[in-house]
Amino acid sequence: MRRDLLTAAISVVVLTVLLGLLYPLAMTGASQVIFPSKADGSKVTLDGKAIGSSLIGQDFRKPVIGRDGRPETDADGNPVLAADPKYFQSRPSADSYNPSATAFSNLGPNSKALRDQIAANADAYMRLEGPYDSALRRDAVPNDAVQTSASGVDPEISIDNADIQAHRVAAVRQLPLTRVNALVDQYTDGRDLGVMGDPGVNVLELNLALDRESAR
Amino acid sequence: MNVAGWAQIAVFVALLTACAAPLGHYMAKVFSGERVFMTRLVGPFERGVYRVLRTDPNRESDWKGYARAVLLFSLAGWILLYVILRTQSIHPFNPAGFHAGPWDLSFNTTTSFVTNTNWQFYGGETTLSNFSQMAGLAVQNFLSAATGIAVCIAVIRGFVSRSGSSLGNFWVDMVRSVLYLLLPIAVIGTLVLVSQGVVQSLSAGTSFTSLEGVKHILTVGPVASQEVIKMLGTNGGGFFNVNSAMPFENATGFSNFVEMFLILVIPAALTATFGSMAGNRRQGWMLFSAMAIMFIGAVVVVYAAEAHGSPAQHLAGIGGGNLEGKEQRFGIGSSSLFTAVTTVASCGAVNSAFDSLTGIGGVVPMANLMTGEVIFGGVGSGLYGMLLFVIMAVFIGGLMVGRTPELLGKKIGAREIKLTVIGTLAVPLAVLMATAVSLATRYGRLSIFQSGPQGFSETLYAYLSQASNNGSAFAGFTGFVQPNAPGNAGSFGITFADLLGSAALLIGRFMPIIAVLAVAGALANKRVAPAGPGTLRTATPTFTVLLIATVLLVALLNFVPALLLGPVVQGLTNQVF
Repeated sequence: MRRDLLTAAISVVVLTVLLGLLYPLAMTGASQVIFPSKADGSKVTLDGKAIGSSLIGQDFRKPVIGRDGRPETDADGNPVLAADPKYFQSRPSADSYNPSATAFSNLGPNSKALRDQIAANADAYMRLEGPYDSALRRDAVPNDAVQTSASGVDPEISIDNADIQAHRVAAVRQLPLTRVNALVDQYTDGRDLGVMGDPGVNVLELNLALDRESAR
Repeated sequence: MNVAGWAQIAVFVALLTACAAPLGHYMAKVFSGERVFMTRLVGPFERGVYRVLRTDPNRESDWKGYARAVLLFSLAGWILLYVILRTQSIHPFNPAGFHAGPWDLSFNTTTSFVTNTNWQFYGGETTLSNFSQMAGLAVQNFLSAATGIAVCIAVIRGFVSRSGSSLGNFWVDMVRSVLYLLLPIAVIGTLVLVSQGVVQSLSAGTSFTSLEGVKHILTVGPVASQEVIKMLGTNGGGFFNVNSAMPFENATGFSNFVEMFLILVIPAALTATFGSMAGNRRQGWMLFSAMAIMFIGAVVVVYAAEAHGSPAQHLAGIGGGNLEGKEQRFGIGSSSLFTAVTTVASCGAVNSAFDSLTGIGGVVPMANLMTGEVIFGGVGSGLYGMLLFVIMAVFIGGLMVGRTPELLGKKIGAREIKLTVIGTLAVPLAVLMATAVSLATRYGRLSIFQSGPQGFSETLYAYLSQASNNGSAFAGFTGFVQPNAPGNAGSFGITFADLLGSAALLIGRFMPIIAVLAVAGALANKRVAPAGPGTLRTATPTFTVLLIATVLLVALLNFVPALLLGPVVQGLTNQVF
């Protein structure tokens, strides 16, 4: 008993040093040498300043400015946001795209709140995209555009969703639709090894490419 | 549902089947003390560790001695982790300056990591320093896994022993699990995950301004090294609050596949270890196929249900599958497969939100937990749990043919059956009682997030997950203060949920361990009788069916009323609540 007690006490200390310090520190060192950019979070820079990560989605909505020239606020005092029409829009998020406090909605399959939220998102999507894509019907709104992601910072949208939004982005930026569609293709990640995961379009990278395209 | 989704499931099962035997036989050699290719590298270090630990690797103990070592080791680990969490503010590697944890939450978190559960009442990136994650939580990811494997190996020794009462030396088994198995795979796995974009850094977060001018902080940390052992050890506690849905924990479809594979590879391989140590490899394949059949059934149901979509979206006029709480890069296929993988194993990492699964989709993780986590199950705990069901199936089979039940030539007596029943019923009893207490008291109900049957499902799942040492959650159910979050339980509700959960965790971990070690101790002493014409052969497809039926029957008898009240009601209705 006493012998086991001693062994137990020594072992947790020794193993904490090995597995809790040496192992993660050695792996941090190795990762920083072999994959420096990925180990630090795949940062994306613009004009030398960090503007995010290619793995972390962003909100491409902007505050609505009221008649008095100040940002409008809702009943809780939060600014009212509306889609920035020159950008592809990310999926709805349960944590306002905050990567340092991630959350999902936790709304259940039979939740009234979820039904209302999805319906509101679909109506907003129709108002935004409908004028630019006359073929779009409400029951064909892509589900990734109206249902919130798991991480709250999903970097991707579905290809269907991007193809619909391409009409609006092309019109607003006065770019040929074929050029915008080509960029969508370029920033689409396919299935890894043909079967793993689902294909998606990286919204931040696509929008940055559009900004470069428009600036030319 | 699409072809790629089904193809991924097929590739996954094929790869698991292919790797089970080689890894399983490797483990059998390691724990029998034979030389393997790692011995040259690790052997001298291993002997040094035994000297430091003051243990004689040749001294073996009976089941009581083994159980005592397991309990003392868990206790020592518990104390160290609790102290680390409670004194977080004075440690290094705390770039965000987080405070020490409150006593009740730390109690729950500590208990849940020591029991290989990793229930997340805590919020990873918002409350825990890098030191607490690395030196506290991740260490227990290794040690609770090594404990599970060690117990499993000891139990196998008891089942196959021909030489008396010894079950081996716990310290040797535990150290070998770490040095020959967990650590080498973790080192390689870390680099694979980092190559996909999983972060591994000790720097403080980078603040950035998004394209629309919003300021955020990019939180990074030693994530990959922790992610890999969280999967490999079937632990499941996330560095980030949303666990493996966060791109920094799980960046691509490929990393997702690797993580799923890491969860099941050791539990699957242990079936071959059993076959190898029993000198009857068909016996191992029998266990593997029983587990694989139930696993595939679970995957098919959850994939079909999620692809069908939820009532909420249908009422809102949106077709397609249920993508609420799922990531685009995983889609419905990879999210469904992950859901089945993480709940058949007692891992509990998630890459989608379980609370948002469809009614029938939500039945699957629940049902997987209700089988007692024996479909592959946790590292070690899955196989020793399944062996209890094997005894039960042998017993039932013996009753059917009217002969004394025997397993691997050893007669199963009244004592073994009694202990088996204690071992298999401890978890369901803890689950149902804790759920009832929680629902019957005001403090318990404070933790519920959603109204209607989903609120019941949340409560049931919380105690099911903790007692089964899984750790996944219908995460609306809360036990910690989230400022401004819906479902904030208030301080009394929190302490109540933390402590009731801790009780479920401890019962769910240690009652089965003690029971199964006692069974192994009793079997170790029995003489092996040669098989006769009336012996029930246990390495046959017929016995596989009997075993599956036993597992499902016990789960159904325990849990049908509870399942009906929650997810089944939701699966049958198109109403919203």
